Amino acid sequence: MVDVTPGAVDVIPPAEVPEVELYHPHSWWTKYVFSQDAKVIAIQYSGTAIAIGMVALVLSWLMRLQLGFPGTFDFITPEAYYQFITMHGMIMVIYLLTALFLGGFGNYLIPLMVGARDMVFPYVNMLSYWIYLVAVLVLVASFFAPGGPTGAGWTLYPPQAILGGTPGGQQAGIILMLVSLILFIIGFTMGGLNYVVTVLQGRARGMTLMRLPLTVWGIFTATVMALLAFPALFVASVMMLFDRVLGTSFFMPALVEMGEQLSYGGGSPILFQHLFWFFGHPEVYIVALPAFGIVSDLISTHARKNIFGYRMMVWAIIIIGALSFVVWAHHMYVSGMHPYFGFFFATTTLIIAVPTAIKVYNWVLTLWRGDIHLTLPMLFALAFIVTFVNGGLTGLFLGNVVVDVPLSDTMFVVAHFHMVMGVAPILVIFGAIYHWYPKITGRMLNEAMGQFHFWVTFVGAYAIFFPMHYVGLVGVPRRYPEIGEPAFITAPVENLNAFISVAALVVGFAQLVFLFNLIWSIWNGREAGGNPWRATTLEWQTAETPPTHGNFGKELPVVYRWAYDYSVPGAREDFIAQNDPGTGKAAVGLA
Amino acid sequence: MAIALVLVLVVVGSVLFHALSPWWWTPIASNWGYIDSTLIITFWITGAVFAAVVLFMAYCVWRFRHKEGNVAHYEPENKRLEWWLTILTGLGVTAMLVPGLFVWNQFITVPADATEVEVIAQQWQWSYRLPGADGKLGTSGSHLVSPENPLGVNPDDPNGQDDVVVEAADLHLPMDKPVKMLLRSIDVLHDFYVPEFRAKMDMIPGSVTYFWFTPTRTGTFEVLCAELCGTGHGFMRGIVMIDTAEDYATWLGEQSTFAQLSAPEQVGAAEQAVVRP
Repeated sequence: MVDVTPGAVDVIPPAEVPEVELYHPHSWWTKYVFSQDAKVIAIQYSGTAIAIGMVALVLSWLMRLQLGFPGTFDFITPEAYYQFITMHGMIMVIYLLTALFLGGFGNYLIPLMVGARDMVFPYVNMLSYWIYLVAVLVLVASFFAPGGPTGAGWTLYPPQAILGGTPGGQQAGIILMLVSLILFIIGFTMGGLNYVVTVLQGRARGMTLMRLPLTVWGIFTATVMALLAFPALFVASVMMLFDRVLGTSFFMPALVEMGEQLSYGGGSPILFQHLFWFFGHPEVYIVALPAFGIVSDLISTHARKNIFGYRMMVWAIIIIGALSFVVWAHHMYVSGMHPYFGFFFATTTLIIAVPTAIKVYNWVLTLWRGDIHLTLPMLFALAFIVTFVNGGLTGLFLGNVVVDVPLSDTMFVVAHFHMVMGVAPILVIFGAIYHWYPKITGRMLNEAMGQFHFWVTFVGAYAIFFPMHYVGLVGVPRRYPEIGEPAFITAPVENLNAFISVAALVVGFAQLVFLFNLIWSIWNGREAGGNPWRATTLEWQTAETPPTHGNFGKELPVVYRWAYDYSVPGAREDFIAQNDPGTGKAAVGLA
Repeated sequence: MAIALVLVLVVVGSVLFHALSPWWWTPIASNWGYIDSTLIITFWITGAVFAAVVLFMAYCVWRFRHKEGNVAHYEPENKRLEWWLTILTGLGVTAMLVPGLFVWNQFITVPADATEVEVIAQQWQWSYRLPGADGKLGTSGSHLVSPENPLGVNPDDPNGQDDVVVEAADLHLPMDKPVKMLLRSIDVLHDFYVPEFRAKMDMIPGSVTYFWFTPTRTGTFEVLCAELCGTGHGFMRGIVMIDTAEDYATWLGEQSTFAQLSAPEQVGAAEQAVVRP
């Protein structure tokens, strides 16, 4: 036996500082709207993220209609198509995934799981949400601006992003996009500092770092990364805004647009790509690490077994987080950067596969000799592993510089990143919502609707993105509203594209069932009780469900053990809560 | 239970799709067969890992699913197993990376006897410039672009006078001769992409990028732009024809040089060349 599960109770030092008095709101406005309670802020973040995510979902339908049935829908012009893909990508990556994992799950789970009454800076936390909301509104405004939103692709590569040949380039679209990103980053920074400081300073007595649930480790590491990575996007956005509005030339060389010499000169388009991907690659893991953490806890809880290799899992999260800052240029192998960079970035990129693979092994080994309850969170966790392994392995194609050359900028890339950072993390989000919804509302989500939602989403998403790799392998470039029938296509891709589009529409509509379930179950779900999954972590041990402001009633919990005491031999029950003072082996179970 | 079956079906279905579906890469027309080989190696290794992990998972789900009285095994860590898995993964990764870097080194090492050909991209068409009898391309720059000099060739550079200019028309290249494609854009990012050649590279205004290849069979190949360049991106296509040496010489003889095109009496002919389909 190893020392990650101390058999004897450690000495818990007395609290060093008295508890801070929380601001207790009295009016409806300060309780539910301008709330400083992290749990309310979490729900505000999640609701806003899901709402804007629905816009992205509709945009994906529109683009799939064009790709599956080119020429059928007259209103989908190339301009419109590029606007759809751009806004879909940006919304999904930034305004949905980042906001939901960090602003949503981070806010709800960090204080509860580390045993704190709230975030350490509740007022700044509130501001974080409201600035995020303004960022979203500015983004939405671009749909109604003259010329519509930007169609520069979510990567916003200059010079085209701010020139007239791109939708929104010489109109308001790109300006609103950049302003919205700047606002988002300001808002995120306020929240992010909160998450980091709360994990470092706000933990309950006895909650050592190596007793933190992996959910907290994932969100914490992702937040640290985001605080380091987003500034690169921030400066890139400001500089591009200056190029567009003030006529500076940070990213703009001398160029001729449609026969006309422009007044730009001396700037570097590739500098933007470096800044963008210095943010953009860590961003992949900013989305992935919270998913890694959450899925570890889902698997452990629902397999009634401790997560396999906890310490290795923590170190893998940290190593992945650190390495992800030195792999960014694998997005730029064919960008025209110095070719020697290829050796370095291919090597770092493939090295990152090792800690990532270890995580996969440990999830699967947690299932080995477990007591697997095939609940909805477990099903989504299993589906996550399949799609993540699939998407991770195709990353080995694209990360290996010379293999990337034929595949880069094709639909293979689109299939890869959707599988690995679209489908996989979203499956975890679903699993997490099925898992924590009973704590948030006190009721279970409807099982039948959940089963329908799971099967359509998992099988459907795989049916969308697995064949899409082969569209790219054939040679079809990404960001083409239609490919036509060029000679290089070995077998017509229309049927395959039509199949993918139909699958996408079906999967999209299944999400409406999920949304209906979310609302319907608030009143009609089965009563859950405080700890329906019989889980060990602190959020399930609150006096009240849903937890009230301040989370833990009169006394803060004291932590005696790690988060994974499931099926401990000799224990009375198959789990021992983290705040259970029993001595582990001869456990007394729940008091 | 259904999930265990579906996991198996995912693996079987994926393998069958890979093996039986007609969607596969187009036959190669360049020397970059090594790139295809590294792709195949990667397919084998990743395919085996995918099948192994998902099938193992399916087995676990079936074998250790909850039944009354089941108790999970308690084993927080297993150092030996974790080290073995780490080492095996490291080996698998190395088996993909080493050949990959080896081929990349070839990809970026241009042979000394490669002929230079310049590709000039602009929204949304392809033009080309070939060195004339002196074998050298004249200097060029975006600031020189004008209606009379659409590619921005430096009129004061003697090396550029005999350069062959192919504006908005098809490029021809001789078979079996290594060629270094110098890539230039006068407006936004573009990417010169011919699927049959396997190679591609972005074009950046203000810089000259490159890749090299040797055409290995004659034929007509479609050029696509592979870097989003505005509304016309999806329609920015062109043609490269790989000729035998004789056909290439014939084609080359029909082309105009920069000096011919910029001479005042030749302007009419230049405009005809522009509108040629």
